[in-house]
Amino acid sequence: MNDSTVGTLRPKKNQILTLWMRNQLADGSLRDDLMSNDDLRAQSVELLDCLFDTLTDDTLTMPDAPSLSPLIDQLTNISMSRARQGFTPRETGLYVFSLKDALLEMLRHERKDDPNLLLTETMRISKFIDSLGIVTFESFIQGREEVILRQTDEMTEIATPVVQIWDGILAMPLIGTLDSSRALVVMENLLQEIVRTGSGIAILDISGVPTVDSMVAQHLIKTVNATRLMGAECIISGIRAEIAQTIVHLGIDLSHVVTKATMASALKHAFGTLRIEVNKSAARSV
Amino acid sequence: MERIPILKMGQFLLVTIQVDLYDRLALDLEADLVGQITQLNARGVLIDISAVSIVDSFMGRILSNIASMARILDAVTVVVGMQPAVAITLVELGLSLTGVYTALNVEKGLDLLRIKTGAAQAVSTDADSSDD
Repeated sequence: MNDSTVGTLRPKKNQILTLWMRNQLADGSLRDDLMSNDDLRAQSVELLDCLFDTLTDDTLTMPDAPSLSPLIDQLTNISMSRARQGFTPRETGLYVFSLKDALLEMLRHERKDDPNLLLTETMRISKFIDSLGIVTFESFIQGREEVILRQTDEMTEIATPVVQIWDGILAMPLIGTLDSSRALVVMENLLQEIVRTGSGIAILDISGVPTVDSMVAQHLIKTVNATRLMGAECIISGIRAEIAQTIVHLGIDLSHVVTKATMASALKHAFGTLRIEVNKSAARSV
Repeated sequence: MERIPILKMGQFLLVTIQVDLYDRLALDLEADLVGQITQLNARGVLIDISAVSIVDSFMGRILSNIASMARILDAVTVVVGMQPAVAITLVELGLSLTGVYTALNVEKGLDLLRIKTGAAQAVSTDADSSDD
């Protein structure tokens, strides 16, 4: 009789895989919409191969052992990719814990004559898989956090576009609430574009900003002042009636800032400043 | 001793700051510039700070002072080529340099000086082709 836990289980790899797959497939929360059964099987085979390649009786009690790092890496990758694919934490956790069931079932079968040994080995395997479970959760959360960070970055990118609408005229439509960090991004982007294009006029359109409080107004005034320091003029457009009311009620002084109700009138003002005339052509040339 | 050169261009004085201003240098520049305005009877001062990447409240005050002094001496001051980072710093410091005219580059700054001093005809001897 083989005394080694891992040595006993290793030859039964295929049976363990069958058990594991059965456990996974039997689970009601299986997400075959996110991952096909074939892919799931391939992933499980790979993980199981890696497990038996790296695991020895010694490392079974030391989940931090360096020799186990390929296994941990693989588990981290699986967990992260699941986080990105949109699996729930529960599904990801069950994936690892269902392996425990498979291993223990196989062990019970092998050690049915020796209950004491069975108990010790069960404890060890249980502890080992638990630590794998913790790794899984850590990397799952990390994967999710990466998704959130990326989305935040994307939102900041999307929310602050600077467009050149005429030679020498830039427009920046602002959408969404302006907080301090976003206001700084807005200011930096606008100033950089002014330098890059050498534009003399920038139109800041706030029709997409839901509310203007004193903080937001402060940020807007700072942006206007910075633009002026660079040697360009900044027009604020898209001020809705409610926002005009709020600004006056809050006692915010916008008297030294050129403000316009619509982007169109801001553009007209810009044309006037740059002495540009736009005319409808008399006859349409074909 | 290091000094910032002041160039005379017709009725205007041109200062290009190529180094980061430390306090002594800035004070010397202020004194030199005001001296030159009176001596040469200059109508405008153009300060190009496009190479300046670091600015503090002292530098902001010096610029503001120069503009105020020049105004007393009947000269217009235009600051040109301010870097975005410098502009943001000045605004965050609460210095918006009111009373100082600004322009994107030297060319636009000179145009602005000519308009502000009403000396367009007197200075621009060569016809520059502006496309507006």
